[in-house]
Amino acid sequence: MNSSSLQISNTSLILAAGLVLIALYIGYREKLGIDRDMIIGVLRAIVQLYIVGYLLKYVIKVDNIFLTVVLMLIIIFNAGYNAMKRSQGIPNTLWISIGAIFISTGVTVGAMVLTHALKFIPAQMIPITGMMASQSMVAIGLCYRNLNTNFHDERQQVLEKLSLGGNIKQSSMHILRESIKTGMQPTVDSTKTMGIVTLPGMMSGLIFAGIDPVYAIEYQIMITFMLLAATSLGSVMAVYWSYKGFYNREDQLVLPTSAPKKKHH
Amino acid sequence: MMSLIDLENVGFQADGQTILKDISFSVEEQEIVTITGASGSGKSTLVRILSTLQSRTSGTITYKGKSIDDYDPIQYRREVSYCFQQPSLFGDTVKDNLQFPYDIRNQAFDVKRAQEALTAVDLNSNYLDKAITELSGGERQRVAMLRNVMFYPQVLIMDEVTAGLDEDNKQIIHKMMTRFNQNDHITLIIITHDQDEMDHAKRLITIENGQLKGDERRE
Repeated sequence: MNSSSLQISNTSLILAAGLVLIALYIGYREKLGIDRDMIIGVLRAIVQLYIVGYLLKYVIKVDNIFLTVVLMLIIIFNAGYNAMKRSQGIPNTLWISIGAIFISTGVTVGAMVLTHALKFIPAQMIPITGMMASQSMVAIGLCYRNLNTNFHDERQQVLEKLSLGGNIKQSSMHILRESIKTGMQPTVDSTKTMGIVTLPGMMSGLIFAGIDPVYAIEYQIMITFMLLAATSLGSVMAVYWSYKGFYNREDQLVLPTSAPKKKHH
Repeated sequence: MMSLIDLENVGFQADGQTILKDISFSVEEQEIVTITGASGSGKSTLVRILSTLQSRTSGTITYKGKSIDDYDPIQYRREVSYCFQQPSLFGDTVKDNLQFPYDIRNQAFDVKRAQEALTAVDLNSNYLDKAITELSGGERQRVAMLRNVMFYPQVLIMDEVTAGLDEDNKQIIHKMMTRFNQNDHITLIIITHDQDEMDHAKRLITIENGQLKGDERRE
């Protein structure tokens, strides 16, 4: 590996930061009102990445299974927490999201470790867990949004199915299918355009680090399969566990609302 | 004799507002009960409560002598079926709609029965494969009503099912109602604004501002 090609000096970083000024200038000139957000975003990115960089350096150096597992769990918890924030009031979505991400990440990463495609070392486990958990998080967030939208928009159809004697699963099935499909769609789409439109981050990273591109592609194919499995597992679990939150104990449709209630005068 | 359905002081409040107050009446087996009232009077809320799609906030409702709260909601809704005003049809074809009652009971779709049901409501038997987007308003309503009776319920609640239909379609729906009641022995609860339907009602219940204002039996 030609690691010297990856060295970056502080001067180069400062020069790269100059590129942010271009974005800031555009934002200012076009009166986009995002200058403050952009500055905060850049500062946060610098601080967060440095912290993560030093943390990863330490964890990789000590190579301790317990510490690796703890970091993996922190990633999963954070992903679950962020997925929950998209649920707009659907009950129990923190634990549903954490459970779905834990299982989807655990199954895919576990299968690859068991087949010796990956080693249980922090340098591999932490980035791979991050990739699986973040993709699952995005998929689950989309599922929640779709569930909310469709239960609102297709309320009457659900009520009609209930009134015909369908149970809550039978009455919601068309919405559940649509939501799972929506959750998986970005992963399926990016799989289809891989190599044509996008050069995935992991593959690019390996090529950057001087790895043979064919070897990098083989790794990427494995990651792609894992992502497909993780998003489908995560979406299915999150949708099937969370749709019950749209019903009460009497099997009546109760739409959750995160919006503040109207005041009556 | 025990009534089929008994409502006693049924009330419903939402967000501090009283929608229904002290509604009491009984429905006998195979009776036809017509309920009328101005828009917003609470009649749709009342039938949604009767079909357990919504819960009352006070009073009691018994069905066959037992509180509706003690029934499994799925079994109850299969016996007390509710047909919506301006129903939405499911899937792509008429078949998707008539098959739904079979699917939820894990039973094989009875094509012959579905074709007979279609012809009985002046729809051709080959309508089974017709796209729902090609149906007229009256045809949509007939298909929706057939969904409710592919397996005969004990009670059929119809919420303004003739609203917005032309005279021909109204007549077809009226014939359907008569057949459901007389041939299939289904108890009918009909919500209507239609003057003709009110004039011909055997029993007319009037709801005004969420309260029962009249319960008139005519022979």
